[in-house]
Amino acid sequence: MDFSLSKEHQMAQKLFRDFAIREVEPLAEEIDESHRFPWETVHKMQKNGFMGIPFSKELGGQGCDTLTYVLAVEEIAKFCGTTAVILSAHTSLGADAIKNHGTPEQKEKFLRPLISGEKLGAFALTEVEAGSDASRQQSKAVLDGDEWVLNGTKMFITNGEVADTYVVFAMTDKSQGTRGISAFIVEKGTPGFSFGLKEKKMGINGSSTCELIFEDCRIPKDNLLGREGKGFGVAMSTLDGGRIGIGAMALGLAEGALDRTIRYVKERKQFNQSISKFQNTQFVLAQLKTEIEATRWLVYQAAILKDSGKPFGNEAAMAKLKASQTANLVTRECVQLHGGYGYIQSFQVERMMRDSKITEIFEGTSEVMKMVISGNLLR
Amino acid sequence: MKIVVCIKQVPDTTEVRIDPVKGTLIREGVPSIMNPDDKAGLEAALRLKDELGAHVSVISMGPRQADLVLREALAMGADAAYLISDPKFSGADTWATSSTLAAAISKLDYDLVIAGRQAIDGDTAQVGPEIAEHLQIPHISYAEELHVEGNEIVVKRQFEDRYQILRAKMPALVTALTELNEARYMTPGGIFDAYRENEVTLWTRDDIPVEDSNIGLKGSPTRVKSSEPKSMKQPGTKIETGVDESVQYLVDKLKEKFVL
Repeated sequence: MDFSLSKEHQMAQKLFRDFAIREVEPLAEEIDESHRFPWETVHKMQKNGFMGIPFSKELGGQGCDTLTYVLAVEEIAKFCGTTAVILSAHTSLGADAIKNHGTPEQKEKFLRPLISGEKLGAFALTEVEAGSDASRQQSKAVLDGDEWVLNGTKMFITNGEVADTYVVFAMTDKSQGTRGISAFIVEKGTPGFSFGLKEKKMGINGSSTCELIFEDCRIPKDNLLGREGKGFGVAMSTLDGGRIGIGAMALGLAEGALDRTIRYVKERKQFNQSISKFQNTQFVLAQLKTEIEATRWLVYQAAILKDSGKPFGNEAAMAKLKASQTANLVTRECVQLHGGYGYIQSFQVERMMRDSKITEIFEGTSEVMKMVISGNLLR
Repeated sequence: MKIVVCIKQVPDTTEVRIDPVKGTLIREGVPSIMNPDDKAGLEAALRLKDELGAHVSVISMGPRQADLVLREALAMGADAAYLISDPKFSGADTWATSSTLAAAISKLDYDLVIAGRQAIDGDTAQVGPEIAEHLQIPHISYAEELHVEGNEIVVKRQFEDRYQILRAKMPALVTALTELNEARYMTPGGIFDAYRENEVTLWTRDDIPVEDSNIGLKGSPTRVKSSEPKSMKQPGTKIETGVDESVQYLVDKLKEKFVL
């Protein structure tokens, strides 16, 4: 076993760090405050190949791997949770679902523009009554001649409204339960497809989270993704991969908060000395660093397993569970070490604490992660 | 069109520390980067490649670790990379460096050679023009804009208070300023290709057609007597008043300093 990154991964990490410092950090505070989608950063990521990192060159991607993608999300999340989640939802939900389940024609038509950086992707599973219990889909799709007619409402959709291409789930045969769910590819601008409420959130405020509304939305028969009735499997396997991205985001948030806090405790003086001289500060920092390193290897392991073609769902669930816990612990403790300054906005750790909370909730809550992990233990 | 870009790996700081005994730079613990002027030169070459379909080679003389900046150049879009590395070349001044680089470049096919104006660790600005002299080709230094017209390179050459538009028949050499452009990022796929698909060709002493008397420390006429960090300059004051007031201000200041 060798726990070091290859030369290419090290250079990629350097690229992402450089990009994050030059392009992402300067906007992080402003987009959080104004709840503005950072289009200029997204365009730069699209131009520089960041939107197609783990996909093959034949399909228009970069020909790298999941670990490289993880490094990108991690480095960006060190400075901005919003930008990290835009990249993550696009790559490991929207694009990866089409890569893994699309026909060659669908990949050419829908995946290529996503990963070459022309278009942005999203994934729409959640509904009012279908959260952790994703099987309770109320959206319906009925085949009418050469078209599917889609009706229903999706909620909490990351990259909703800003994305061009959506993977959408709907019941095609309600009597079959989860075996009656199918997946579809729907493009923005399709008649009958509109956007509803844009949510106001606790964190990741620059990202778009909104309702998708389908009213007699007619899409070509060929836009069925995977076979009819196999949509639940498409959703679950895609989320397995998505959790690696969220793990990377959580890892980056924790590292970013710790980096800032290390700088702060060296500068901040109380009782005539830098607060880094207090054993409480030292022990807290030591604990947080240890949590971060444990998290790193769970996240990287899940990524490497996915690339090797072996089953990785259980490891991805553990990575996300641990990483989201670490992000929340670390950011909370970093706010505490900042004292009063940690609670005000211009010191950044306040934002990072708010951005961290969602990692315990989306793409499967921590409780769902425990269901996955214990399900594997007790099989 | 074939372009060769000269690149140097330098320590990433303008506040380099000097070894008080040896009078040389202390490089340990300082991260290495691609010299900024060289990076602008590479970007200029890559833009010509985007426009006209040029083939871009990058070349560097340095220790084996300089492989890293050449891989970076490949990851940005260069087509071929050459590392000139041999203990026999070490200790070279600008004469020995330019002799070695020119001999190496003469092995390649080129229409245009681009070098950075100067390296941030040595600041001599001599190597580029010297390469041109060794190769017996025209050179234009301090390029802040450049483009190709037929078989000529057209360069806007920067001065402190003015500029010149110069043209030279190719093959020619141009030295680039950081102001020339904003260099592109590497791409993730470019990085993977730089390590997995491309290679950095290593040239050692025997690969370079240059005389022993012109390489390394022994081939270097320059001797460093001593080096010191730059003394800190006070920021200047700009006086924007009429002629009489300005003259009076100046006279008062000079009296204040006992110059007058």
